[in-house]
Amino acid sequence: MKKSVRFRLNGHPVALDTDDRRTLLWVLRDDLNLTGTKYGCGEGVCGACTVAVDGTAVRSCQTTVAAVEGKSVVTIEGLEHDGKLHPLQQAFIEHNGFQCGYCTSGMLMNAWALLQKQPHPSRSAIVDEMNANLCRCGAHQRILAAIEQASKAGGAR
Amino acid sequence: MKSQSPAANQVESLETPGVTNGVDRRLFCKLIGGGIVVLITSKPSDLFAQRRGYPEDLNAYLRIDENGRVTLFSGKIEMGQGVHTSLAQMAAEELDVSPESITMVMGDTDLCPWDAGTWGSLSTRMFGPAVRAAAAEARTVLMKLASEKLGTPRAQLVVENGVVSNGSLKVTYGELAKGKQITRLVGEKAVLRTVKEFKVIGKPAKRMDAREKVTGRAKYAGDIRLPGMLYARMLRPPMHGATRKSLDTSKAKAMSGVTVVERDDLVAVLHADPERAGEALALIKAEWDRPAAVFDTESVGDYFVKNGGEGHVSTSKGDVTNPPSSGHAIESTFRNGYLAHAPMEPHTALAEWKDGKMTVWASTQSPFGARTRIAHVLGLEENKVRVITPFVGGGFGGKGSTEQGVEAARLAQITGKPVMMMWTRGEEFLLDTFGPAAVVRVNSAFNAAGKMTLWDYHVYAAGERSSEMLYDVPNIRMTSYLGSSLGGAKVHPFGTGPWRAPGAWSNVFARESQIDIMAAAAKVDPLEFRLRNASDERLRRVLKVASDAFGWKAGAGPSGQGRAIAAGLDAGTYCALAAEVAVDRKTGAVTVKRVVVAQDMGLVINPEGAKMQMEGCINMGLGYVLSEELKFRGGDIIDRNFDTYELPRFAAVPQIETILIKNDDLAPQGGGEPAIVPMGAVIANAVFDATGVRMYRLPMTPERVLAAMKGA
Repeated sequence: MKKSVRFRLNGHPVALDTDDRRTLLWVLRDDLNLTGTKYGCGEGVCGACTVAVDGTAVRSCQTTVAAVEGKSVVTIEGLEHDGKLHPLQQAFIEHNGFQCGYCTSGMLMNAWALLQKQPHPSRSAIVDEMNANLCRCGAHQRILAAIEQASKAGGAR
Repeated sequence: MKSQSPAANQVESLETPGVTNGVDRRLFCKLIGGGIVVLITSKPSDLFAQRRGYPEDLNAYLRIDENGRVTLFSGKIEMGQGVHTSLAQMAAEELDVSPESITMVMGDTDLCPWDAGTWGSLSTRMFGPAVRAAAAEARTVLMKLASEKLGTPRAQLVVENGVVSNGSLKVTYGELAKGKQITRLVGEKAVLRTVKEFKVIGKPAKRMDAREKVTGRAKYAGDIRLPGMLYARMLRPPMHGATRKSLDTSKAKAMSGVTVVERDDLVAVLHADPERAGEALALIKAEWDRPAAVFDTESVGDYFVKNGGEGHVSTSKGDVTNPPSSGHAIESTFRNGYLAHAPMEPHTALAEWKDGKMTVWASTQSPFGARTRIAHVLGLEENKVRVITPFVGGGFGGKGSTEQGVEAARLAQITGKPVMMMWTRGEEFLLDTFGPAAVVRVNSAFNAAGKMTLWDYHVYAAGERSSEMLYDVPNIRMTSYLGSSLGGAKVHPFGTGPWRAPGAWSNVFARESQIDIMAAAAKVDPLEFRLRNASDERLRRVLKVASDAFGWKAGAGPSGQGRAIAAGLDAGTYCALAAEVAVDRKTGAVTVKRVVVAQDMGLVINPEGAKMQMEGCINMGLGYVLSEELKFRGGDIIDRNFDTYELPRFAAVPQIETILIKNDDLAPQGGGEPAIVPMGAVIANAVFDATGVRMYRLPMTPERVLAAMKGA
């Protein structure tokens, strides 16, 4: 069942010899030591594990590594470049768009993927897209405001 | 299974102040190193139950090292509530440094002073004064040293950002601390800055954990990695109270890379990959005896009332059995179901057993309670157990218990390998404690002048928190049945524990609904009715500020506006909410459009942080008010994930306006819970104002609202 799996991760090529039925979530967290992507529910209903595959938000707990073969994966660790935060990350800081921070990576990646498709979404489009992600601390309004601000600042970078 | 209630742990640690933690003075001094160290001790009355024999019974300590770095050591933990930032702000204020320059070390039992736990909106309220006193004492020491070094009287020195200057010469805190080993012990007598002098306190501060949290670098317990680490999955009973009849682990044992552990009460599989561990677990065959259900989601309230017993009268004033001129009397019964804490991070712990010492990285609200319990279960001295608390991904009362830490530690001791125990979401819904279902029966009356005359109050399973009658009533009786919401009652089929403002929101849902019911019966505007019956100035002020900001239009209910008001007192903080709702008459769905929160919490340390907590309370409150209720049949919990247990989502959250009422003469009061407390009543009252239908049970699901409208 071991297979060689190749994909791009945050812009860099990755090759792994592993059981390709494993989920991307645990391969990221344990094999690649990228622990910013979180386990929340294991069933794709909370969004804490959201990453982008070829620019589209996916639940990494529901995605096998086989499914990302040859594709481009972006995780929370891939948003910052040379010490410079992505406009979304900056906006989350400015609006205090988090409390405990556990859902934050998933929120940012879901929003990032939205802005890839739709650089200037309406408020209701943002709500529709973010509605699949849960935040228990209740930072919702601040998260929405942060995404709106980032979209105005050209967040589709 | 035997469920371990976290509240039991809390109570145990609160009530055993004589236990020493075994860290001796020599080790302590070695751990904290050189420089200037200020230890703080407080009066028990100020920090009730927050202290226990650390070397000097201290509550905090602060170190300024030779590089000028200021480190604040605190047994509190950061779970999103922002004390990481507000405690640093308080130290920064007194030390004349920027909050960002302060390093926070929190929740590490080897490095931090003992602390009961982070809950009850206590951190800023009870712990803040100690932090400020430590920082003020450190400043006194530094100024004395600077005065000697620069040959300048203290009064002529100025400090900015950790640099002391006499106008021509400068010296940094680091230079002053170099080569020194000064230890000071202070009470709270230290001279503190006054409100007028504040540069940091009271100013909105950005969170100090922000950059780590938006880059994914912030570490939670599940993010710690150790070589050779194994993930553990445990065999769980299918329901609470089930006993095992048979066990067959042979297939799991045959799976490659799997370690199977079998002890009487502990059956676990371990693997380097958590998903393989899950597959191995699925190969274990076990049969169980299941106890019959005594009550379920629907019958719990009636069961409580029938089996409440004698009850405990906590307040008795005047005569409730035969009150003079009681006027118009109304009796109502209010209910709510069990609630899951549902933090986004499930209970997680990593344990390492090395050289006779157990180190556990745990998501916990009580690192010291966890240490005590782990040491007890493993038969170790407390100084052989270290609990380290990284960032905690939400707690809400549920992480006072650290059973996952006990499980990880036991398995690490048995296998000799580092063991990660991360509860799955399904386990979280089985093994976490739940905020208890509750019933409140209240009989009240008012006279022709619209003044309340009678308040006969009976609460089942929620306890008395925030049940105080804030309004002026001559005849009052308060009776509590089945213990408090902290998990003391044996009546529950699974573990219960504190759920953000435990019991308070059950009590205030009942009180502020009943007030509204009386106002409507008296044909008086509900705000006017409250003010007519309230002499408490802080209560009157929050009501007025909230209603003014809301743009309150007077009118007896139901006015058709869909607006309402409710107030509460919790953790020393007064809070009034004014809200507007829309009710879909076809579906019964309630949409909360707008909530105005006015809060008087005394001196505010970080207004931005306080507002975030208020908003969090409103958003989280939407859940227990509109959608959250744990479905169960006896010990069998039916909801096991977020697909059926519905947390509030983005589409449901209202516009929120937060107002902090200036009250700087009062010491800081609680901020993490008060605004969630009146949510049930303000939304129920607004539904009544919109439709004329009174909702007596939480959550107000569309089905229940629709049924109530049809019955009306």
